[in-house]
Amino acid sequence: MTSLSVKTVPSKSKFDFGEFFRRYGTAVIFLLLVVCATMLSSSFLSERNIMNVLRQVSGTGIMAVGMLLVILTRGIDLSVGSIAALGSVLSAVIVAQYSTGASIAMVILAGAACGMISGVLVAYVRLQPFVMTLAMMAIARGMALIISNGQPIMMGERGDTITDFGTSFVYGVPMPVLLMLGVFIVAALVLNFTKFGRLIKAIGSNEEAVRLSGIPVARYVLAVYAISGALAAVAGIISTSRSGVGSATVGVGSELDVIAAVVIGGASLMGGRGSVFNTLLGVLVFGVIGNIMNLINVPGYHQQVFMGVIIVVAMLLQKGTGWLKR
Amino acid sequence: MSQSLIELRGITKSFGGIHALNGAQLQAHAGEVHALLGENGAGKSTLMRVLGGELQPDQGQLIIGGEVLSLKGPGDAMSRGITIIHQEMALAADLTVAENIFLYDLPRFISWRKLRARAREILDRLGFSIDPSALVSDLSVAHQQVVEIAKALSRQARVIVFDEPTAVLSTQDADRLLEIIDGLRKRGVAVIYISHRLDEVFKIADRMTVMKDGQWVATVTPADTCVSEVIRLMVGRPVDTLFCDRNARQHGSEVLRVENLNASRKVRNVSFSVKAGEVLGLGGLVGSGRTEVARLIFGADRCESGSVFLKGRKLKLRSPQDAVAAGIGLVPEDRKGQGVILDMPIRANVTMANFSSVLNLFGFIQSDRERGVVEKLAGQMRLKSSSIDAPVSSLSGGNQQKVVLAKWFHLGGDVIILDEPTRGVDVGAKREIYELIEGLAANGLAVIVISSEHHELFGLCDRVLVMSEGQICGELQPDHYSEENLLSMAMTHRPALSHVEIRT
Repeated sequence: MTSLSVKTVPSKSKFDFGEFFRRYGTAVIFLLLVVCATMLSSSFLSERNIMNVLRQVSGTGIMAVGMLLVILTRGIDLSVGSIAALGSVLSAVIVAQYSTGASIAMVILAGAACGMISGVLVAYVRLQPFVMTLAMMAIARGMALIISNGQPIMMGERGDTITDFGTSFVYGVPMPVLLMLGVFIVAALVLNFTKFGRLIKAIGSNEEAVRLSGIPVARYVLAVYAISGALAAVAGIISTSRSGVGSATVGVGSELDVIAAVVIGGASLMGGRGSVFNTLLGVLVFGVIGNIMNLINVPGYHQQVFMGVIIVVAMLLQKGTGWLKR
Repeated sequence: MSQSLIELRGITKSFGGIHALNGAQLQAHAGEVHALLGENGAGKSTLMRVLGGELQPDQGQLIIGGEVLSLKGPGDAMSRGITIIHQEMALAADLTVAENIFLYDLPRFISWRKLRARAREILDRLGFSIDPSALVSDLSVAHQQVVEIAKALSRQARVIVFDEPTAVLSTQDADRLLEIIDGLRKRGVAVIYISHRLDEVFKIADRMTVMKDGQWVATVTPADTCVSEVIRLMVGRPVDTLFCDRNARQHGSEVLRVENLNASRKVRNVSFSVKAGEVLGLGGLVGSGRTEVARLIFGADRCESGSVFLKGRKLKLRSPQDAVAAGIGLVPEDRKGQGVILDMPIRANVTMANFSSVLNLFGFIQSDRERGVVEKLAGQMRLKSSSIDAPVSSLSGGNQQKVVLAKWFHLGGDVIILDEPTRGVDVGAKREIYELIEGLAANGLAVIVISSEHHELFGLCDRVLVMSEGQICGELQPDHYSEENLLSMAMTHRPALSHVEIRT
């Protein structure tokens, strides 16, 4: 049976710590954090707190899936936070005139369109992904500010269905969390068992070899940016659904959180390497750290420093133990 | 005989329980060209990494100038005058030639005029007119190699190791390199020379050390041995004929026809055709446009004018996708950069060009079917790997090439173009690749082989087109196969023999 992890390495008879951490580093960090959190705060393991953490990371998680796909192709998408803001604003504006279903579809399409613009310029015109999505980050945020005129937009009664989604539970699990898990499951299936998934990993590993195998590489690259944009818009809708307000200041700086989560999940910015399951763990690690520090009242500024340290530790663990010997 | 300048004695090195080196030894005198021979995986490169300070041996001694030393790292080795010119070149592609040559001792403030003048001097000494202010990425592979050598010379090296230097060079450049090496020998440098081209080795080497399975086998001189004897030492068994009998081939009707292909100045009015079951060779010097022609036919580059017909039907080749759909495969010359995806399993590499055969209705990969297909192909190709799930990077060069071939076997098209199919591949795997090419021809494919090793073209091909400066300047039939004929066509645009057919 194929495991969820992307890289399967032939097992050796001897236990290899470096290899172990490369593959399960994120899981180890996650478990350690959970153990620490349980010891530090009695309320951490309560159902309410767990669901709270999950709900907080649902937007980041959904964006992380899109980011993982982009990073696998050796790209980067800095525009996700801004597209989420555009999605948040648009959903509040559009739902005032159209039905809920049509509004959601339009918002997701708008996000996908932003992603496609980046995708076309990256895949066909060969602009560098960093620069292109940096531009899209400014453009999408600017659009969100223009449309909202810089003001929060209340959804009103017409947005009740959306607000219901953000605030309701199924068997005690918030809907956005279920949606996030659904996105992760679909992504895991796609990445591990479909042509699309295999090819985007292959493109990140050696684009030229894939092209010379007769694969239309640009089409796949375009697709991952479009997916990333669409998922960012979904994250924007979730934000609106939780607060009932469309805001152009949603997701400021969140592209960095998303990239950090994907990287903590072991994906390589050089492309070709990363797994959906570990990305989910990376997102959870991020959520749990923030949660513990809130529970034990660590001031916000200190939290940032600690966050940064955790990213470095995670990277070192995944690098294996080899660097210790040098 | 003079005292050894360097001596490696009883070197043992293992990686995770596998002995890469097991009591290997080598000595070289000042002013000697010492060839190091062996199949890929025999431990030559590992031994040289020990000499270069990149690896610490588990056991054994390194003696330099009569002194037992342990090298602390590559920098230490360099400061003791040991330079290794690797197979994969270590040049900064975006810097200029001059900067690369002096990369290790760039002055704090660079005077461009002086730097260029110094670079110019070294390059002139080597006899190459390379512009010191050109970017390395703009140079041909052969010229990049020259820059590597210039870099070593700039550091006053006493021992220079060449790891397969001529694998990427045309015969003309390779000859020039041999002259350079001869010059180094006269200046008292100890040259250690790793190469798979035995004819070259016999020309240049004073002594030869043969390795097999990480062990020393023999040290001999060219005078008291012969090529087949050395091959026997390397392989451990006698090698009969490397090539299959081309007379057994059955030629069918024309499959591929190329008419007046043009692309900037690199390819000019190239026309030819290939029949089913025929193996056509493209010979000539490196840079004569052979690779460019291959890439045009495969749609990897755009042509300015000209047309390609497959079985009489005109093809629209805008991208490799069109070529693959039409049933044309390309085994590119840069195996690691363009042929295989090193990090991915063998399985994924093989099915890359023909996914539809392993997908189900919903676009999911059918693991069982894929496994079956790939295992069958791996068996056919005698692929040596731990499993088809192993990453391609774990394979030797020859086996990596088999993975690329398996990809096109799996596509099962009508035309396959092989660009330097056995570059950097050891003798045993070469023979197997030749057999696979034979198998492709026997299956009725039209095969085009590009090679800088002339005996390979002559051994494999039914006829050889010779290219020069982007044009086809002649065609050799088997009766006229000889290095002189090929070179005289390539270099004078005129055949050495009056009755050889000329195409213009």
